[in-house]
Amino acid sequence: MTQPATTAQKEAPTSAAESAADKESSRRPLGLRWDVRSLSLLGVLAVLVAVGGITAPDEFLATSNLQLVLTQASVIGVVTVGMTFVIVSGGIDLSVGAIVALASVWATTVATQEFGFGGILFTAVAVGVGCGLVNGVLIAYGRMVPFIATLAMLASARGLALQITDGRTQIVTVDSVLDLGVRDAYVLGIPPLVLVFAAVTVIGWLVLNRTTFGRRTVAVGGNAEAARLAGIDVRRQRLYLYLLSGLCCGIAAFMLIVLAGSGQNTNGNLYELDAIAAAIIGGTLLSGGRGTIVGSVLGVLVFTTITNIFALNNLETAVQQIAKGAIIVAAVLVQRRSLRGGDA
Amino acid sequence: MAPEPPLLSMTGITKSFPGVRALDGVDLEVQAGEVHCLLGQNGAGKSTLIKVLAGAHQPDGGEITWRGEPVTLGSPVAAMRLGIATIYQELDLIEGLSVAENVFLGHEPTSAGFVVRGSTARTATAQLLKRLGHPEIDPARPVGELSAAQQQIVSMARALSHEVRLIVMDEPSAALDPDEVDNLFRIVADLTAEGVAVVYISHRLEEIRRIGDRVTVLKDGRAVAGGLPAESTPTREVVALMTGRNVEYVFPERPRAGFATGREPVLKVEGLTRRGEFAPVDLELRPGEIVGLAGLVGSGRSEILETVYGARRADGGRVLVEGTPLPPGSVRAAVRAGIGLAPEERKAQGLLMLESVSSNVSISTLSRFARAGWLDRRAERAAAHQAVRELSLRPDNPDAAIRTLSGGNQQKAVLARWLLRGCKVLLLDEPTRGVDIGARAELYAVIRRLADEGLAVLLVSSEVPEVLGLADRVLVLREGSVVHTADARELDEHRVLDLVMEGNPTP
Repeated sequence: MTQPATTAQKEAPTSAAESAADKESSRRPLGLRWDVRSLSLLGVLAVLVAVGGITAPDEFLATSNLQLVLTQASVIGVVTVGMTFVIVSGGIDLSVGAIVALASVWATTVATQEFGFGGILFTAVAVGVGCGLVNGVLIAYGRMVPFIATLAMLASARGLALQITDGRTQIVTVDSVLDLGVRDAYVLGIPPLVLVFAAVTVIGWLVLNRTTFGRRTVAVGGNAEAARLAGIDVRRQRLYLYLLSGLCCGIAAFMLIVLAGSGQNTNGNLYELDAIAAAIIGGTLLSGGRGTIVGSVLGVLVFTTITNIFALNNLETAVQQIAKGAIIVAAVLVQRRSLRGGDA
Repeated sequence: MAPEPPLLSMTGITKSFPGVRALDGVDLEVQAGEVHCLLGQNGAGKSTLIKVLAGAHQPDGGEITWRGEPVTLGSPVAAMRLGIATIYQELDLIEGLSVAENVFLGHEPTSAGFVVRGSTARTATAQLLKRLGHPEIDPARPVGELSAAQQQIVSMARALSHEVRLIVMDEPSAALDPDEVDNLFRIVADLTAEGVAVVYISHRLEEIRRIGDRVTVLKDGRAVAGGLPAESTPTREVVALMTGRNVEYVFPERPRAGFATGREPVLKVEGLTRRGEFAPVDLELRPGEIVGLAGLVGSGRSEILETVYGARRADGGRVLVEGTPLPPGSVRAAVRAGIGLAPEERKAQGLLMLESVSSNVSISTLSRFARAGWLDRRAERAAAHQAVRELSLRPDNPDAAIRTLSGGNQQKAVLARWLLRGCKVLLLDEPTRGVDIGARAELYAVIRRLADEGLAVLLVSSEVPEVLGLADRVLVLREGSVVHTADARELDEHRVLDLVMEGNPTP
């Protein structure tokens, strides 16, 4: 049932804001907006680096610390790329952290480790994609609300992860996997995990901006009904998107195995919230239809850098979390102002 | 009679939305205890006017006096406090709440200011329902379980739960059976006997004759006649007032009658039906032909179009494109077979409002510009540019944001989408809604040119002159059935309005 009275009240301010935004965007071509947003986030990152450099001059700018920050950003970063696609399509994936946990423990069971490097990688990715498939089928063809379907996946994947490990840490004994995390494996000083993150980012950007898949994702998120009436298979698109998110979780799980040298059922705790927050401060609309990979990646870097600076200055986690919350609010408010009439 | 000031008097009310002047100086005067009917075609400004009256829209200009005193209706609450209640056509009830909770929503009887006294609300609701002739409705039942007619009664009970002096009813009979309509009229009579005024909106002239005291006719945002006697004004005069035009539309020239008869139909609709929406429909569409569906809102026009397109699944019958039947309920199959739709709600159903013109035009043809999924954006942009140029869309810039375009140019972008796709059948649902009068002629010319180039067009419009001026053949719909089919040149507007209102197929 609609409520005409309330709708009517909203109409006037919205249209006023719209026309303001219209003037705005008629002055500069579509697309430049992304860059402006990303630039402001880049500015925030620069400020943070300066703050880090001033408060902890020796530690923060040390090569090893920068490598650490980037490595930490890599795992959640890969998850965030997948999340960005899902949010741009108007959905949400609350199960990413739980899928990372499940994939990481499944890939590190004694039985899997017998198959070595390939076995671990394959299992992590397959579990991620499998969970994504379940999410996608429930949402696209079972017509479940994404929030509910992925919430259910969150609960059951975590439960299954606990079931597999029985709460124990599963140590990785495959040397070829562990070798990826050691200093000798760095390429020109860049950790392999960071390279994976970079590759996922570049591919994600290309797919979102240069392929029919990306265009359809934006269309489904911007106006699912219009997309359907334009002849797009909206349901199949949704299925693919949750598969993609699951795939990213699988890759992230493998990266986490390399990083930690083990698999644990507590892995990926609250990744869903970090990934959503990073995408949002990166300029992705939670209602769908607009978002950028570059913004999301910058969002991840901002959060990771804050965590690092706080840790270097021996500040409590509690303060850290408050700062994160404040940054989310500030970023969204600033973006809405700079976009005047943005539909968020 | 004592010279009493009218209960409500609105003078020179104006209201504009971006690109549309919805109310252009409307006057309305309502006396206590009368049933004042508001007539007008779709888009005449009726809904905007009652939203102003309900405090939901703020007028840009004009004066409102209430019992002789000037007032501003700043919010729905302000209007309610004065005693103005509105029953909207789309009922605004909350399905999960009970009848009593809905009736007293926002003004619940409370103890100590915040504890809701449910039993008091239920008792009061039961009394209201009894007064409305529906004591069988249980105040404790969730509204979602009630029939449409019962929900209407609940809506009315909510209106009466306030101290009310004026009730606005927006097409209250649309969802009702004949005997329920009788009950509605009895309620209206009871209310007016108590001195309550009723503003009654309906498309059905015979209802207005039965219960109305006076009639105000709206057209193009103006009151073209105020306070006509409802019983004695001839139908012809009312219809003439509703349709008399200030602006003459310029329609493109049509090919001679029967030009397409020899051609093989590109679209055939056989016995297509959806229960509760429209009775079996047959129609044939030949290349080069524009066929119009004329009818009121709720007559099934848009539903037929969307079912042909597969956006709604047919309960029976079939759709054939060039002799090949389409699977029911598949938009993709329809698009692949060469059907395109310009939907009724352009912004909600047609466009990606955050995107550029180019993205909006190419969205149905993306794979043509892709190799293994990779878009050739230059080719895409060039093709979209070509298509919008052919329709002389302005600005001539495929990168412009679609939301910065006028309604007419947005519609051209939708047409360009299907032009680019190269479709054979174009379904147009209210193609000129929200399009400035001046831009319409251009759009008409574009549509005719597309037809001349071999496209078959099925046109739906609530503006009768548009259907008559643009189409070659016309099907007149009333309440889900085709009541008349004729060459557009053999019909005039009065005849069509008679048909859609009275449904009498014989002259």
